[in-house]
Amino acid sequence: MNILVFIETSEGKIKKTSLEAMAYAHGMKGETTAIVLGKADAGEIQTLGKYGATKVLHATDAKLDEPIIQVYSSVLAHAMQDEKADVLLLANSSLGTPVAAKVAIKLGASFASNVTELPDTSSGFTVKRSIYTGKAFAFVELTGVKKIITLKKNAAEIKETGGNAPVVNYAVPLNEADFNTKILKTEKATGDILLPEAEIVVSGGRGMKGPEHWGILEDLAKALHAATGCSKPVSDMGWRPHHEHVGQTGVKVAPQLYIAVGISGAIQHLAGVNSSKCIVVINKDADAPFFKAADYGIVGDAFEVVPKLTEAVLASK
Amino acid sequence: MKILVCISNVPDTTSKIAFTDNNTKLDTSGVQYIIGPYDDYALARAVELKESAGASVTVLNVGLAETEPTIRKALAIGADEAIRVNAFPTDSLFVATQIAEQAKGYDLILMGRESIDFNSGVVHAMVGEILGIPSISPVMKLDIEGTKVTMTKEIEGGKELVESSLPLVAGCQEPIAEWKIPNMRGIMSARTKPLKIVEPKNIDAISANKKFELPAPKSAVKMISADNVAELVTRLKTEAKVL
Repeated sequence: MNILVFIETSEGKIKKTSLEAMAYAHGMKGETTAIVLGKADAGEIQTLGKYGATKVLHATDAKLDEPIIQVYSSVLAHAMQDEKADVLLLANSSLGTPVAAKVAIKLGASFASNVTELPDTSSGFTVKRSIYTGKAFAFVELTGVKKIITLKKNAAEIKETGGNAPVVNYAVPLNEADFNTKILKTEKATGDILLPEAEIVVSGGRGMKGPEHWGILEDLAKALHAATGCSKPVSDMGWRPHHEHVGQTGVKVAPQLYIAVGISGAIQHLAGVNSSKCIVVINKDADAPFFKAADYGIVGDAFEVVPKLTEAVLASK
Repeated sequence: MKILVCISNVPDTTSKIAFTDNNTKLDTSGVQYIIGPYDDYALARAVELKESAGASVTVLNVGLAETEPTIRKALAIGADEAIRVNAFPTDSLFVATQIAEQAKGYDLILMGRESIDFNSGVVHAMVGEILGIPSISPVMKLDIEGTKVTMTKEIEGGKELVESSLPLVAGCQEPIAEWKIPNMRGIMSARTKPLKIVEPKNIDAISANKKFELPAPKSAVKMISADNVAELVTRLKTEAKVL
């Protein structure tokens, strides 16, 4: 089986979720080619061999420096054919998921997103995917000759397998008509840990009483090397930016550790966090429904508990 | 300008999910169906554009007869007419094919960034690809000037300002517009607005949901005293092994 893995980079670094896609490919025991589009650090993409790639394709055309979905999907469809790939793997993202869907249409391939586990190939090819915003799973059989899969975070554990892979310059003709969308400006929080990819998330709710109190959460997040999130009311009231809203209609996170402070735990919020490995709830209301969904709970005043927790984290290092 | 708003008919966000028939079907008993929350944003923006730019708004749903109350609600919110493609929405490709089939002649095709039942989040991209027009998602702001469309799109940890041109497909999310609640006049007029039922285009399925499963139940929460916060750190390290 030939597998093509689309690698996304952020600020020059390969995204962790893309390395998970490499691990997933390794788990499928196929011949894996990784593909990188646009500007990328040569040394960084060289490391893909360590994660199981036997070859790395790098399309260096400067027109690929900006991630235009239509353009990227044409290039990947091309690459899938050039490499005779049976499967294309991508990490779920605002770029990867729509690109995958377009490639699926171009090639008539079967498609599944939000996949959480390696496929079952005992009879046919069946993947497990997350549905109902994490409240359930579906087992989906993909019957097309070619298959395109986007992975939910943590679908596979990153592994270094210790190989070496040549980086090959991939020249591909670009279609002018694909440049039908222009990115005028990109605003991105830099230096911070991106919420959808964070291993630890510290989130605050209405119980924080106002945006001016976010400092204690940021201190805790900094001590834990975590991203900060918030509940829907908090982003609705403008206390925090929308891209920090965790929940059913916001960002869905799947960190190792989710710490919720002053969030009551409405079912819509839980839908955004139910894939977390471990949930800690800090709330002064012992009856907050969030405790039922938590692994660890502390009933107490956030303004006392959070600074103490930060101290304890720092002391334990 | 002609706007097509595609809506999904999905269980209310507070629904408890359970399955029947040996885990092959959703247990619909006690489940309230609603317009997909993201689709609701798309509809609200379409109604705004109708009011500000004189657009006409058609709402489209791929679903069986039981989705009609949801479609009527969209008409009550302000859509002018509706189309129901008479078929169960089996997967993204099937739904996108049906939408593309109906979408010819529309300038702007709006829908939610994803349906909240199967969460694939790709129907807009597939529709754009089938029709050969741009598709952008998730869109938080959308303004039209002539045929030029300026949008703010959310990306991981930030946003992009994107420019494209009509016709196009946009997958919407908050805060593109405020959800609209139907008023009495809307509800009354919705009863008589045209709802066209069309038969689906048949395609060969290349994916199939075989079975469903619920996540393993969570073990009971372990409570830690607020006076002993350090214990939490210890437990996270040694017991949960997440630090």
